[in-house]
Amino acid sequence: MLWRILKESLRRYRRELAFIVGLQLIGTMAALYLPSLNADIIDNGVVFGDTGYIIRTGAVMLVVSLVQVVATIVAVYFGARTAMSMGRDLRSSIFHKVGAFSSQEMSHFGAPSLITRNTNDVQQVQTVTAMGLTMFVMAPIMMVGGIVMALREDLGLAWLVAVAIPLLGASVGFIASRLVPSFRAMQVKIDTVNRVLREQTSGIRVLRAFVRERFETERFDRANTDLTEVSLTVGRWMAAMFPVVMLILNVSSVAVLWFGGLRIEAGAMEIGSLTAFLTYLLQILMSVMMATFMVVMIPRAAVSADRIAEVLDSESSVKPPSRPVTRLVKRGHLRLDRVTFSYPGADYPVVNDVSVGAKPGETLAIIGSTGAGKTTLVNLIPRLFDVTSGAVLVDGVDVRDLEPELLWSKIGLVPQNPYLFSGTVRSNLQYGNPEATDDEMWRALEIAQARDFVEAMPEGLDSPIAQGGTNVSGGQRQRLQIARAIIRAPEIYIFDDSFSALDLTTDARLRRALKPITSEATVVIVAQRVSTITDADQILVLEDGARVGLGTHDELMRTCPTYVEIVESQAQAEAV
Amino acid sequence: MSGRTMKETERVEAPRGPGHGMMIGQVGQKAMDFGPSFRRLLGHLRPHRVKIVFVFLSAVVSVALAAIGPRALGRATDIVFAGAIGSRLPAGMTREQAIAAAEAAGQGQVADLLSGVDFTPGVGIDFQALAVVLLTVVGIYLASSLFGYLQGWLLNDVVQHTIYRLRASVEDKLNRLPLRYFDRQPRGELLSRVTNDIDNISQSLQHTMSQMLTSVLTIVFVVAMMVVISPTLALVALVTIPVTMVVAGLVMRRSQKKFIAQWRHTGALNGQIEEAFTGHALVKVFGRQKEVQARFDAENEQLFQASFGAQFLSGLIMPIMMFIGNLNYVVVAVIGGLRVASGTMSLGDVQAFIQYSRQFTQPVTQVASMINLLQSGVASAERVFELLDEDEESPDDQTARLPGETVGRVSFEHVSFRYEPDQPLIEDLSLEVNPGQMVAIVGPTGAGKTTLVNLIMRFYELDKGRITLDGVDIATIPRWELRSQVGMVLQDTWLFHGTIRENIAYGRPDATEEEILEAARATFVDRFVHSLPDGYDTVIDDEGSNISAGEKQLITIARAFLARPALLILDEATSSVDTRTELLLQHAMAALRTNRTSFVIAHRLSTIRDADLILMMENGQIVERGTHEELIAMHGAYYRLYNSQFSGPDVVDAEPAMPPHPFTGQPAAAS
Repeated sequence: MLWRILKESLRRYRRELAFIVGLQLIGTMAALYLPSLNADIIDNGVVFGDTGYIIRTGAVMLVVSLVQVVATIVAVYFGARTAMSMGRDLRSSIFHKVGAFSSQEMSHFGAPSLITRNTNDVQQVQTVTAMGLTMFVMAPIMMVGGIVMALREDLGLAWLVAVAIPLLGASVGFIASRLVPSFRAMQVKIDTVNRVLREQTSGIRVLRAFVRERFETERFDRANTDLTEVSLTVGRWMAAMFPVVMLILNVSSVAVLWFGGLRIEAGAMEIGSLTAFLTYLLQILMSVMMATFMVVMIPRAAVSADRIAEVLDSESSVKPPSRPVTRLVKRGHLRLDRVTFSYPGADYPVVNDVSVGAKPGETLAIIGSTGAGKTTLVNLIPRLFDVTSGAVLVDGVDVRDLEPELLWSKIGLVPQNPYLFSGTVRSNLQYGNPEATDDEMWRALEIAQARDFVEAMPEGLDSPIAQGGTNVSGGQRQRLQIARAIIRAPEIYIFDDSFSALDLTTDARLRRALKPITSEATVVIVAQRVSTITDADQILVLEDGARVGLGTHDELMRTCPTYVEIVESQAQAEAV
Repeated sequence: MSGRTMKETERVEAPRGPGHGMMIGQVGQKAMDFGPSFRRLLGHLRPHRVKIVFVFLSAVVSVALAAIGPRALGRATDIVFAGAIGSRLPAGMTREQAIAAAEAAGQGQVADLLSGVDFTPGVGIDFQALAVVLLTVVGIYLASSLFGYLQGWLLNDVVQHTIYRLRASVEDKLNRLPLRYFDRQPRGELLSRVTNDIDNISQSLQHTMSQMLTSVLTIVFVVAMMVVISPTLALVALVTIPVTMVVAGLVMRRSQKKFIAQWRHTGALNGQIEEAFTGHALVKVFGRQKEVQARFDAENEQLFQASFGAQFLSGLIMPIMMFIGNLNYVVVAVIGGLRVASGTMSLGDVQAFIQYSRQFTQPVTQVASMINLLQSGVASAERVFELLDEDEESPDDQTARLPGETVGRVSFEHVSFRYEPDQPLIEDLSLEVNPGQMVAIVGPTGAGKTTLVNLIMRFYELDKGRITLDGVDIATIPRWELRSQVGMVLQDTWLFHGTIRENIAYGRPDATEEEILEAARATFVDRFVHSLPDGYDTVIDDEGSNISAGEKQLITIARAFLARPALLILDEATSSVDTRTELLLQHAMAALRTNRTSFVIAHRLSTIRDADLILMMENGQIVERGTHEELIAMHGAYYRLYNSQFSGPDVVDAEPAMPPHPFTGQPAAAS
């Protein structure tokens, strides 16, 4: 999978890749030429005492070094650019892909996981690519080149190369194979330690209230001890790496001198070749080491690549229409026609054969227990999901045939979990309507019962809002996002259990203030409490995704046992 | 209590990654006082003094031996060289004769060369001597590697144990910080200190300590060896030190800037991604996808520019160092060659010298890069020390104790409390609660309801007045004793990563299995537990997504139930729980309240009506108190609140007729 991701995302950079390989080839060959020139200095210069030759060859070495550094620097330039471009492209394709996802894919992957895939996983692949484009390209050239040059110097010592390379590769590989799983275990332990700390800081009141400081300290100590143990193991293997590598390199040098000496004595080898061979062998072994390290990096990146590919290979279940309807005559008419929705592979549908409609000026309330499918049902309207069968019609047109922008412009959604975007109060309101004036904003805030606290903020509309809206209370968050929907002046309001975090007075005022501005709009309210919806024009009662009742409060009290049960359970709750 | 839930995804992810030495500067962005923090960090190593001495000694031995190696190997080359020359000359000649012969033949330079070589004409390589030298070399390298391993092993031990203790002391500190600190500190920021910063310290300590030591020692020993072999050549090589340092410093300073920019942009981009994905549905339905993607693309491009720059600049170091190394190599090869030719230096020495000069550029570069890593680590250390230096809660006064059996009489006597010195919150509040009474606290958001109950838990210290439990001032008894008498159920359903059983037992760790089950049954946890595949062993995961919000709340009630407190504090859940679960919750809470003094931040009419005492709070004051009937009869704040909630929206006190819809401009119909 890593290979596929690399192949696909590097295809655009074929020219650069060819260039990099070419440059690395030049650079490496230059590097390999230097020891051979040094051998010449010894054999032809030193031995004959020819100082002129020594200086001339020295000048050649200088030029070769220059060629090498220039080639390598240019290769590094293109390598860095290509790897980082690939990272940028990957991030962009994931982000755009996810943008097209429906809520179905979103819940399948989960937002946190998608975030990690878009950021850390790409980073992993990018890093390996960056290293690969320098080292992985260089190492084989260096190895092959080094072997060729070494053998050119002296063939009789070839067996030494044949022994040293596998020996080093195996040793480094062995240590690395111990290191990799330990590294992975260490990451898990770090996560555990961090999770305990996160739980402690978020649950500080609970743990103090229950006097569990000592228990928590012990819990943390276990995690901390675990982590320390794994880290010790990792550290010990790491400590072994360098000495082992150095030992093999140095013993190889010793072997070259001994066996080279034998060959010189036999007259089969020049003394300069011995020095050159020594240098080549070291270079070969260094490249083997680099290659081994790279191989170790790959499994981690491969996991990331798999996770990226999973996202890129997913298709959104909600596709834009090929020939969209771009104009509508009616305003805010909503009709659900035998709507069914089920997750792929699920045994039971989440929403099962539900039909209901609402006209502008009407309020449609939806009630039912947790898991009855209320949220899923309203999410079908803005096409966060697409129906499995049946149809959702807005102004008489199937939403699947509508231009998405047109559909969305008609809808003011207030989702169940209040969410604000980082920025200011103003920028959040502009989410609803980018052209809104200050006056309009204040009026929307007033209706949403948010004017008072926004006014009390030191910077008013320009007060900062943290990501997710965590710097305001849950109730304030809900009111701000109601304001965000109001300022849009939509034709269809969808309130998905949007008043739960408000205190009693505020809740009542807000609902009263909403009445006049929603008089021309269709309102869909998902509610938990009967008291919220008794005056709705229609109440849809859902149970296990199916419609078990539809009508006004009074009608349902007569005809719908489930509704009566809900009402009674709440009355009972109030009477405890 | 701001209703933060465990669900909020916290990404305090630090860019952690490859090529550790290159990951510099993600923390150390602000100016800081390097010296004191660094010394303090070193101070944390003090308990391991003895080991550190051994680390140092083994490093010295290992590096010194490694430094001798090339020289000894050079001896071997000399022996080979001598043998090679000797075997070319006829036997029976003396060394002097051979030199003289060369001179006579007009080969003055050869004669010079020969005079520098210890050869015997006619005699080839002295393999016995060669074997001795080479075996010595192998021994030297073996010992060097062993000591190197020992050094790494010991150092790893020291660093890991130091980090272990640092982590433990941070965790310990968290337990001793006053709650005010947690209120003040953004949680992400705090988490980042206790997680990322410590990780960063650990990484930088580990890398810098071992590499810094060996690098510096290597430079010292290698320079020493070079001077011994040839002071002239050593001078040439030494010139490269400042050159290397300056060049490396220049490149690194630039690349570090790029790295900082890279992490800044990474952070910004991650923020955007997180926001776009978390608010995915909103971005779509509000039709903002194009803007969001345009913003992403722009930031992504900037990240690319920065990371490209960082990658390129940091990638420059290697080739540049290699180039400087090669220049050195060429100079040594040429000058060395000339000197061997003139007989003033042996070939083995030149070869050794070449090896030394190759060994030597690398540690110099490494020292330069270690300095950066160390800076980043010290910056993190400083942030951790800041946390460790925060003021702690006042120590527990161990003198007073609660009388044997707590009955739960609570009284507030002229209590004043402010979070901020200049913002009055609770002023001169007095209150008497009898054992077994249920107190409902009602009022708008921000009225001080939560603060009031927090004061009973002694989460905060009073500014004035006192609170007593059974007549004892709670400030005079140890906190643990007070808190073990109080049970708390918060709206924020905090559970930890563990099984349901463990979470219930959190209330009382010494509870028996039967007691846990009894608590579970009394609070209806038992009912839903049986529908879970693993029953009581079901692990509540990080997101708590495998059980519903209402079920989580039930577990927190069971937890409080098991604790058998004399005093109860309940914050009624109002969040989206379906009505049937809600009914269970109510029953469970009622079961919990029986025979206990309880304070309930109440949202439900039923709770409020049943209360023995209702406290109506506004702006930190108790504006009305009494039973439901009494307060209704007063026609005051409580009466208005009651009407607004429980009689539907239409009965809210008369408000002016609504203006036209502000955006559509259409006249709004009166409700």
